[in-house]
Amino acid sequence: MADRYLEPDTPELRARWSGFAWTKENAAKAAEYVARYPEGRQRSAVMPLLDLAQRQVGAETDTQGWLPIPVMEYVAQYLDMPVIRVVEVATFYFMYNLVPVGKFHVQVCGTTPCMLRGSDAIMAACKQRGMEKGHTTADGLWTLTEVECMGNCASAPMVQINDDNYEDLTAERLDAVLDALAAGKTPKAGTQEPGRHTVEPVGGPTTLKQMVKANHDYRKEW
Amino acid sequence: MSLADKDRIFTNLYGYQPWNLKAAQARGDWDNTKKILAKGKDAIIDEIKASGLRGRGGAGFPTGLKWSFMPKESKDGRPSFLVINADESEPGSCKDREIIRHDPHKLIEGALVAGFAMGARAAYIYIRGEYIREAEVLFAAVKEAYDAGLIGKNACKSGYDFDIFVHRGAGAYICGEETAMIESLEGKKGQPRLKPPFPAGAGLYGCPTTVNNVESIAVAPTIMRRGASWFANFGRDNNKGTKLFQISGHVNKPCVVEEAMSIPFSELIEKHCGGITGGKDNLLAVIPGGSSVPLVPAAQIWDAPMDFDGLRDVGSGLGTAAIIVMDKSTDIVRAISRLSYFYKHESCGQCTPCREGTGWMWRVMERLRTGDADVSEIDMLWDVTKQVEGHTICALGDAAAWPIQGLIRHFRPELEKRIAENAREAAE
Repeated sequence: MADRYLEPDTPELRARWSGFAWTKENAAKAAEYVARYPEGRQRSAVMPLLDLAQRQVGAETDTQGWLPIPVMEYVAQYLDMPVIRVVEVATFYFMYNLVPVGKFHVQVCGTTPCMLRGSDAIMAACKQRGMEKGHTTADGLWTLTEVECMGNCASAPMVQINDDNYEDLTAERLDAVLDALAAGKTPKAGTQEPGRHTVEPVGGPTTLKQMVKANHDYRKEW
Repeated sequence: MSLADKDRIFTNLYGYQPWNLKAAQARGDWDNTKKILAKGKDAIIDEIKASGLRGRGGAGFPTGLKWSFMPKESKDGRPSFLVINADESEPGSCKDREIIRHDPHKLIEGALVAGFAMGARAAYIYIRGEYIREAEVLFAAVKEAYDAGLIGKNACKSGYDFDIFVHRGAGAYICGEETAMIESLEGKKGQPRLKPPFPAGAGLYGCPTTVNNVESIAVAPTIMRRGASWFANFGRDNNKGTKLFQISGHVNKPCVVEEAMSIPFSELIEKHCGGITGGKDNLLAVIPGGSSVPLVPAAQIWDAPMDFDGLRDVGSGLGTAAIIVMDKSTDIVRAISRLSYFYKHESCGQCTPCREGTGWMWRVMERLRTGDADVSEIDMLWDVTKQVEGHTICALGDAAAWPIQGLIRHFRPELEKRIAENAREAAE
């Protein structure tokens, strides 16, 4: 199991977060999420609602967001379920941040397929910039986490930073991405390999070449 | 004989063309789906059975047979559900992501066809939380299908009502196990359930449920259009069809590619991946089906047919067809130890042999990596893997045990060499 700890429940934490409530926009989203599940099964919406809450905390703190205890309590109350059931879910799933994180959550994949393609160098490049695993940099910009396989193995190594993936990385390519983010720019997501589109072999696909230029309909050849 | 482009199902695999409904329809998706449904439930299930399609999520259970386990009609008013497993998290696997972000309408149409065939009221597509942009595409594609009347009330004007919902996970490998996925969908920790009852009897919300992998569902409409015999034309007996192979690690050009089942490993690598880095002779070992299956040494894998039986014959498995290639520069003990860490991280904590065993196995693997161990500990580790394997509710315990067993079976001399070297250095 992953080692996970909750941020202590202090008076300061309560003072900051006990007034948490959905923004108008998120209230509409929350209602939409609950409606995806059958009548009487609104508990099923706890996962999307925790994600929504984390994003709202993120927007308020200019970070990726996290889940203070009072926010979990708010979600529990919203879904009419015991707080402990919400805390169980929040602590079980790795994408819910249980402690504050920085503006950019740099999640380096270190599982074997990425490791074989050089994730050690990616991790080293992050450390070179002052990041430390499990910590946020003093300027509040970067939080570094080593994550397990992210499903980008044919374009490894990769990092996920907040909502975007950056694939086919080298230390230099990662530096370029991080520099751009730090400068407030939006670097191109996906593969960083020049000329590569997605997960075709580098240099161009060995199959389905007609699809490169046009939306070919193969049914005529059936 | 090589698979021709016209026989590839996922023609927009690389996303050169848009994923949207209009483009998908121009490629042949949603082409008179009403006619497929008009064949009737039994005819669809029979066609899928005849095609020889086996589940693409790893276990390889015959898909048509699985669908036939669902109740033909509800005797007690409970609805049935189809749950689509898009929680792709097995290290090495990266195919469902390409289907979802580049060809989502194949999946959505397949959900309707499969859901209709098993009499399901709705489908829930459980997509792993880390596939954030992919989920955005999927949500948008489902909305397109609703807006066009292809799903929802009177789907495709078939008279059948069918809803599709997308549920995002939040980072737990274990939710790829079908009963853990159901627990998670119900808003709980994703801890697997004991079986029986099987999901087809009591699954999501206690209702009959079938859980299928994305690829298994997404190929169904094409099989219905082209016929079971077309699909069964590819691959050896018992291993039919086309398959998305995902090749990562030490090849010159890692990629995802659709090929005929049973293609020899060497052909797959030479044709699509530009060969092994440093050439054929530089190959050390291959994990041919995602991290859960044992590794296969170079000499045994080279000519092996990439299918369920061919890889079983070399002591491994096809799994999700996620092929992790390792050349001779690999620290093989570290490569497997890193997988042990993965299983330690992802154990749900429910069963003691797995919760305690995965951590224990990883710690011993780390000592074997540096040689800081005794030779007898290799046998002890083997024993412990045997005590974890088969003694847990779900297969995560097995999955944690098998890579280590594969390492000991094929690379015991390497482990012993490291221990001897470490002892010699300590003596000096």
